[in-house]
Amino acid sequence: MMGIEASRRGFLLGGGAAALVVGFTSKGLLAAGGADARDINPFVTIHPDSSVTVVVKHFEMGQGTSTGLPTLVAEELDADWGQVKVAFAPADNSRYANLAFGAQGTGGSTAMANSFMQYRQAGAAARDLLVRAAAKAWGVDLADVRVEQGLVTAGSQQASFGELLEAARGLTPPAEPSLKDASQFRLIGKTQLPRTDSKGKTTGRAVFAMDVMLPGMVTAVIKRAPRFGGTLVSFDASAAEAIKGFIGAEALPNGAGVAVFAKSTWPAFQARDAITAAWDFESAETRSSDQLLADHVALLDQPQYLARPGSDFAATDAAIAGAAKVVEAEYHFPFLAHAPMETLNCVIEPTAKGVRVHDGSQFPAITQPTVAAILGLEQNQVEIETVYAGGSFGRRATPTSDYQAEAAMAFALLGGKTPVKLVWSREDDLAGGYYRPMAAHRARIGLDADGKIVGWDHRVAVQSILKGGPFEAVLVHDGIDHTSIEGVADSPYAIPGFSVGLSDAETGVPVLWWRAVGHTHNAYAMETLVDLAAESAGKDPLAFRLELLAGDDKDRQRLSGVLKLAAEKAGWGEALPDGSGRGIAVHKSFSSYVAEVVEVALVENAVKIEKVTCAVDCGIAVNPDVIKAQMEGGIGFGIGAVMRDEITLADGEVEQWNFPDYEPLRIADIGSIEVHIVESQEAPTGVGEPGTPPAGPALANAIRAATGKPVTQLPMTKSGIDFA
Amino acid sequence: MALTVNINGETRSVEAEADTPLLWVIRDEMELTGTKFGCGVASCGACTVLVDGVATRSCQTFVGDLDGGEVTTIEGAKGAVAEAVQQAWQDLDVVQCGYCQSGQIMAAISLLSEIPQPSDADIDSYMSGNACRCATYQRIRAAIHQAAGQAEG
Repeated sequence: MMGIEASRRGFLLGGGAAALVVGFTSKGLLAAGGADARDINPFVTIHPDSSVTVVVKHFEMGQGTSTGLPTLVAEELDADWGQVKVAFAPADNSRYANLAFGAQGTGGSTAMANSFMQYRQAGAAARDLLVRAAAKAWGVDLADVRVEQGLVTAGSQQASFGELLEAARGLTPPAEPSLKDASQFRLIGKTQLPRTDSKGKTTGRAVFAMDVMLPGMVTAVIKRAPRFGGTLVSFDASAAEAIKGFIGAEALPNGAGVAVFAKSTWPAFQARDAITAAWDFESAETRSSDQLLADHVALLDQPQYLARPGSDFAATDAAIAGAAKVVEAEYHFPFLAHAPMETLNCVIEPTAKGVRVHDGSQFPAITQPTVAAILGLEQNQVEIETVYAGGSFGRRATPTSDYQAEAAMAFALLGGKTPVKLVWSREDDLAGGYYRPMAAHRARIGLDADGKIVGWDHRVAVQSILKGGPFEAVLVHDGIDHTSIEGVADSPYAIPGFSVGLSDAETGVPVLWWRAVGHTHNAYAMETLVDLAAESAGKDPLAFRLELLAGDDKDRQRLSGVLKLAAEKAGWGEALPDGSGRGIAVHKSFSSYVAEVVEVALVENAVKIEKVTCAVDCGIAVNPDVIKAQMEGGIGFGIGAVMRDEITLADGEVEQWNFPDYEPLRIADIGSIEVHIVESQEAPTGVGEPGTPPAGPALANAIRAATGKPVTQLPMTKSGIDFA
Repeated sequence: MALTVNINGETRSVEAEADTPLLWVIRDEMELTGTKFGCGVASCGACTVLVDGVATRSCQTFVGDLDGGEVTTIEGAKGAVAEAVQQAWQDLDVVQCGYCQSGQIMAAISLLSEIPQPSDADIDSYMSGNACRCATYQRIRAAIHQAAGQAEG
């Protein structure tokens, strides 16, 4: 990012002066000392040249955390943004834990929410030390010392941060440094702060794991079973011998495939293509998508779990039986791949004490012990060098550290002395599982003669993401995987007679959280159903929602707030040309509230997405431009998926090969996206995921407004929708 | 075999088969890692470089077919148009994960060299081969317009 302004004044510290480090000890107490102090967990380092390094405990996958967390430190430290540098934290579960998880990792749109007070305190403690150092050096009262944009002053005295290091070093930071009142913020909430990763990512200099090149490094690719759960019987690599650069091939010890080694990427891909393998499919998933879907739908008849407190299907059924009108719909959702632009990869190299993993590391708390166990090392012998991740959308956060485990196995097979880069191709990525699960929903809604809902029967069949994994104990209660029903069972709408049932579908396909997790299908079903109910009630979709959100419940108020703002900015209710339509949707996820209005026009019966208007309430908007970017991206991700993306199986084999079969959203697909942020003094909440859930249903509602056709089979192309 | 490649104003000799994709020569042999691998089938544009000033998918270009063509990667992007594009990208904070952006920028440079004042439709058409899973498209469009204004003015 910006250059470091060296002090132009006379008394510079000697080059040997150590930096000042401020952070938290493992007990959570603030501590300070020299850079060489060992029992300090640094979040903030001030260097003799006055630059400030902020250690960021969350990885950067594009969501802006390497801008957001430094903003918090710079704010409380009163540093100039140009002084700030960023370093990613090492793997250290005891000190760099996500406070929302109790372990080091990024996910659930928690980075800002869990760091907000911690990073402000780290910045404030550093400022406190500098102020006390200045007061002591100048013989002035603490109250007379000011810090502004990286300069410490008292009357005519002034010093840079670096000049105060020596005096500050012996001081103990306060246990609870005082934090600014929101009215004093100079950086938080301001739009002009540039991203810290912008320059590197526009000059080709930013380093992703794929870009790590080490002397003697070998590339490994894996030949995997063509069906999930298949195991290797034998393989023949003789045809690969002729490929220049091919080194060798070895069976993975877990039977999952063949590790193919080459001196670089291209011969590794070629060699893998040349290798033939025989597989045992005894325990493999061999069903096709049609059968899998039918099996999901069959589960809707008898829900396994009552997923909303107070659910009573008999009572709901009776209420619907007596209703004046009934709305019914059944929804089918496909498996979805994350398909981050940077395919999965990481590098493992030997070090004096063990190994170093170069990775866009989303869950260091899982990767470190996983790699250690495979290599027979102690956890602390595995160092993780976190680099930029070329997207994730959840894929880099598996409970099994799947690709890092493959890399560790490959590294071990090669003898443990050679650096290995494990690379996935796009074909590996699309066929590699860990998808957003397939899901089926069925709902029946009864309305009385006044258009009031009297009963809502809602059933979901979906494979559990969490069962059998390390998060089951925390997030599965009474058999109910919360991610299966989030956004339906806990809907803030005031719905009388609301019963929600859940059945766990079983497949051999590994499934995973995909940007916004269960909300991706649950919000789609809820928000299109509310529209169908509004139509049945003869009410405007906006007015109908606001009725269901009346009252002083905080969730309802904030949902109403974003609905009204998005509607106003989108010109809701204003006339549109014939053949056009507007759709609205609102959803709470990850403690944030987002409403979106999509406007479509029909071009020779094909749908053209003209405009999306979004309103978000995510509490205090730390970096408004980053929030807007996350909404823009979340909307694009959600819309691209519902338009035309699906992963399908034929006799257990994935049918999609590469991007032409899993077409990502393209620049021409959406006209414009406008984002408005609700002013708030609530604590900041997530932005990486909440933009996604309302996007699909808002589009579906717009299409129905334009065509009269409900869109219940996804992707939309399966419902007969063409896009212009 | 030894091949000669004109890249970023230099002539470099590399050990590679003639049918090796230019992408892998650039990345693995020359270690110019700003050019990215995204799909390998010319479907995402992450590998976009300029060959004689024109946007080219390096993953589907055999290094032996360059025939003396001048290759420019993001590391070698220079001149008024390139600078205007990179500056606009930074001014508007276009990037998110950033992995596709080298390719986006090279495609944008090629577009503006061909059409100095592109319309939205020109941009949508020219840039449609460059995928961005972060969906930074709206900012890409705005940055290209801004760069067009600056490179002209």
